[in-house]
Amino acid sequence: MDKGSSSHETQRFGSFGSFLRRCIISILSTAPIPNHIAFIMDGNRRYCKRKNLMEGAGHRVGFLALMAMLRYCYELGVKCVTVYAFSIDNFKRRPEEVQSLMELMQEKIEGLIKEESIVNHYGIRVYFIGNLKLLSKPVRLAAEKAMVATASNSRAVLSICIAYTSTDEIVHAVQESCQEKWDEIRELNASGAGYGLIELDGNRREEGEHYIGVTDIEKHMYMAVVPDPDIIIRASGETRLSNFLLWQSAYCLLYSPSVLWPEIGFQHLVWAVLEFQRNYFYLKEKKKA
Amino acid sequence: MPALSLHPSYVFSLRSEPLLPDAPSRLLPSVFIFFTRTSRPLRVSTREPDFTEEYRNGVVNGRVAGAGTPGREDPLPEGLRRESMPRHVAVIMDGNRRWARARGMPVGSGYEAGLRSLRRVVELCCRWGIRVLTVFAFSSDNWVRPKVGFLFLFVRDIRVSLIGDSTKLPKALQELIESVEETTKNNSRLHLVVAVSYSGQYDIVQACQSIALKVKDGHIEPEDINESLIEKELQTNIARLSHPDLLIRTSGELRLSNFFLWQLAYTELFFVESHWPDFGEPDFIEALRCFRQRHRRYGGQDP
Repeated sequence: MDKGSSSHETQRFGSFGSFLRRCIISILSTAPIPNHIAFIMDGNRRYCKRKNLMEGAGHRVGFLALMAMLRYCYELGVKCVTVYAFSIDNFKRRPEEVQSLMELMQEKIEGLIKEESIVNHYGIRVYFIGNLKLLSKPVRLAAEKAMVATASNSRAVLSICIAYTSTDEIVHAVQESCQEKWDEIRELNASGAGYGLIELDGNRREEGEHYIGVTDIEKHMYMAVVPDPDIIIRASGETRLSNFLLWQSAYCLLYSPSVLWPEIGFQHLVWAVLEFQRNYFYLKEKKKA
Repeated sequence: MPALSLHPSYVFSLRSEPLLPDAPSRLLPSVFIFFTRTSRPLRVSTREPDFTEEYRNGVVNGRVAGAGTPGREDPLPEGLRRESMPRHVAVIMDGNRRWARARGMPVGSGYEAGLRSLRRVVELCCRWGIRVLTVFAFSSDNWVRPKVGFLFLFVRDIRVSLIGDSTKLPKALQELIESVEETTKNNSRLHLVVAVSYSGQYDIVQACQSIALKVKDGHIEPEDINESLIEKELQTNIARLSHPDLLIRTSGELRLSNFFLWQLAYTELFFVESHWPDFGEPDFIEALRCFRQRHRRYGGQDP
């Protein structure tokens, strides 16, 4: 009987929390809402140590925090969310930890495409952003399957950065741009229409005569599928980007609450959005300039 | 042509007009002159100024004539340790105009105060053994264009370099900058890198374009392109330690504003509320103390 009444209490408290959240969201919605928020999910291992949990449990709790934050973002009307799930640098960790993370990610990726998942509830299209060739085959296959399964969702976007670093992304974009240009020129020359474009060596300062330009590079970025983030939120109080979205963060608001990722909550998102709204018009002008 | 008098309202600018509201409009570039402990005031004429001649008169072997020798590193303030000091500090010097407006002063006073703040930070870096200091002013802030007043820096054996787009500067100034860079290239106490009209995205693009040309010319294959090739082509490659360990931005703005992007991959970011003219030794010590407490893992294991 006690258990029944306490779960009833929890339910009522949960409903009240949800109602309060909806009120706050409707107030926030009177000003511009960020279109794209990115998260660096830092602090899982420290949380694990602090709470004396089993090794690896911190990441599982971190996953629950991620689901909650996704829900809050999509309720708020944020169209795109990007998360830094696994950096190429993280491969430097102990093999057992890397293996356990890979298994967790595979399990959660497979969970994403289930009927009752948050992805289908909110109509979210999922992208896996990074050098997927570095992943083990099962994880890569799960990721590719999830991308195909959610390709027709169009209400929101979730980009999961996995085996990703920004510098690797830029290198990849330049390689692809050069390869594309090289193929184009070879084709033109082969068809006789190139007029020796390969020999073009005019004034290299002119934008049109550069072999590649900024649009070529941006086109080939992994993150070209979404607009630049408006806010990057890093948990755990560390204030650095750790090779995440360096190119895309040129004018973005950076917020680093000192809370560990598993403990992040709706209030942190509210603070970040308020700060974004305070700077909104200033940022807009800067982007145009 | 008569020589200009030493009117403090004449400010060197890209456009050939003074920046301060109370100064008369002129068609010719004029020179901002301020007095330092060691330099003498410089006179310039209203013809196209020949800075290099004035400069050579005042400088011998990279030092202002009559200047003292650089001292050894000072002991560090309380709470700082030499082994946990950043080797390269970058600063976004934001807030000069807001500082002036808050005091009801003309914008030019904000620039002057900003310059004083810069000198303070340069002195502190020299005293505390920081090897590289990169400073960034917004392209709309004209006060940090390399000025004749930078001569004072040579007292402290400082190497000066400029990154960014210097092509829009007057020819005479471009030549002066090249001369300054050449003369100070062997100075070793501190490397001061001044970022003027610098764009982090453009720096990456121009590096990629240089590499793309090498691909086009057949020197490398696309699959040979890697991070270290791009690093070598960035404008910051002039500094031996091209990646800042610590970035400080004043005025409470929580963003990078297209300053360093690639170079900030693992940089500790420190945002401070005070405006740049108010940034002094206590704020710098606070930033360095915070830096000391950061746990830098670079994505790997906890140490």
